[in-house]
Amino acid sequence: MKKYSAYSLLRNALSHNRNWRTAWRSPEPKKSYDAIVVGGGGHGLATAYYLAKNHGMRNVAVLEKGWIGGGNTGRNTTIVRSNYLWTEAALLYEKSMQLWEGLSQDLNYNVMFSQRGVYNLGHSLQDMRDIERRVNANRLNGIDAEVVGTAELAKAIPCLNVSSDSRYPVLGASLQRRGGVARHDAVAWGFARAADALGVDIVEQCAVTDIDVRGGKAVGVQTTRGPIASDRIGVVVAGHAGVLAKMAGLRLPIESHPLQAFVSEPIRPVLDTVVMSGAVHGYISQSDKGELVIGAGIDAYNGYGQRGSFPVIEHALQAIVELFPVFSRVRMLRLWGGIVDVAPDACPILSKTPVEGLYFNCGWGTGGFKATPGSGWVFAHTMAHDEAHQLNAPFSLERFATGALVDEHGAAAVAH
Amino acid sequence: MLLIECPWCGPLAETEFSYGGEAGITRPLDPDALSDAEWADYLFYRANPRGAHRELWNHAHGCRRWFGVERDTVSYRITGSFKLDLAEPRSGGNTEQGD
Ligand SMILES: Cc1cc2nc3c(=O)[nH]c(=O)nc-3n(C[C@H](O)[C@H](O)[C@H](O)COP(=O)(O)OP(=O)(O)OC[C@H]3O[C@@H](n4cnc5c(N)ncnc54)[C@H](O)[C@@H]3O)c2cc1C
Ligand SMILES: [Zn+2]
Repeated sequence: MKKYSAYSLLRNALSHNRNWRTAWRSPEPKKSYDAIVVGGGGHGLATAYYLAKNHGMRNVAVLEKGWIGGGNTGRNTTIVRSNYLWTEAALLYEKSMQLWEGLSQDLNYNVMFSQRGVYNLGHSLQDMRDIERRVNANRLNGIDAEVVGTAELAKAIPCLNVSSDSRYPVLGASLQRRGGVARHDAVAWGFARAADALGVDIVEQCAVTDIDVRGGKAVGVQTTRGPIASDRIGVVVAGHAGVLAKMAGLRLPIESHPLQAFVSEPIRPVLDTVVMSGAVHGYISQSDKGELVIGAGIDAYNGYGQRGSFPVIEHALQAIVELFPVFSRVRMLRLWGGIVDVAPDACPILSKTPVEGLYFNCGWGTGGFKATPGSGWVFAHTMAHDEAHQLNAPFSLERFATGALVDEHGAAAVAH
Repeated sequence: MLLIECPWCGPLAETEFSYGGEAGITRPLDPDALSDAEWADYLFYRANPRGAHRELWNHAHGCRRWFGVERDTVSYRITGSFKLDLAEPRSGGNTEQGD
């Protein structure tokens, strides 16, 4: 891997940018690997990277049916925060936050992590009580969090309507100053390049069509590019988790739903932070290009089409325009959907399965982008040691039978 | 937007309805007799298929009755509605949908 630096920029500029190398190879898949990661989203690529980096496993392939980052990784609104209510979740997301803080240096790739702060608005007395509870819980877990009132909000976000006669009156917010956004594509590309440099094969246009199980053990996969053997298989396919589980004769407590987002035409800098409202299902930030990046809630029905229904978009935009009247005449430019994998307790599953050597990483639903590095870190550990890392031990499949759910539904600010 | 056919009121916009998930799940008559795994299965495990799906909808802003719909989870195309007591998909009728 050629290191990116100010010097390499200069050198390549002098040769008219004709000598840049591709960021990762496109190898033919081998007949077998020590470990296979199915799914080339951020979580799969991070898993492969940490398998190689932390556990010395370099004979690893990432199999991606489309192109890397083409799933939810490249479709999300890129909000990163770690202010979850329950200790189990907070520690997992906080591990990720700490990795984000050094990620660009670690990967030698600018993921444009911008800690511009995340505000979660409260619109009712109960919202504010929940916010205070969550802020206190966060602080007890060593996570930065503050409660802010309307006067401070009005000062920090001048275009936010905090007047008492608005349809969704704002009574205050929680603020995590270390929260923010990152560039989603760069996260996929950065992990891919760094994993490739450590020897990982990233194989695109390679859909897994079956999982081979013999005597209760995973032995390989069938793919559109032929069979590939491995006795260690990690499945990280987000909305398609249930489809892959079925291939191995397993079932998962996951339902797939469309989740939509959209961006506006670029406008001048007007919003230098992230604002979310769980109560009215809207969240917004402004990209470096000037586009307003806006996310909606999920469509209620099960769906594998990467699109949703119009009323959901309308609902999100109504809320945004009420909160930010100044945006009412901004035009929307693009709209898209992803397929999110929702678990009953809105928490991920990072787990061994009844099939030996087969591991699942899913259930991140509407909010897993922020967890990309941490998810890869603990899932690589789980695959390498055939045992959960202490941070993901609470997120096993067994919890649905024992009842030890980590109930972040409604407890977290909003699950994005 | 989906165009959903209520068996009593006819085809109407999705916004009149609320979704109830997979159809045909019956509450176990004697929960105490189940193992934890069986109870978890009833509570949390759904088919979540990629393709044909039989699901519940409620005409929340209309007659407020529950009924079943057969819908494809990839194309979102609806192929029929059915009354739950009959538990038979009803074919035909105007069940086309837009995006
Ligand atoms: C509109 C939207 C907004 C969101 N906003 C936020 C946010 O603000 N903050 C946040 O933290 N999270 C957010 N999320 C959630 C976040 O995007 C996801 O949780 C996260 O990106 C999941 O990453 P992943 O790598 O697990 O999945 P993906 O990026 O979806 O990767 C899975 C990959 O598996 C591949 N695959 C599927 N089937 C197969 C197969 N059979 N063989 C091979 N490959 C296969 C897919 O092609 C895909 O590339 C949002 C999601 C959406 C859709
Ligand atoms: Zn009706």
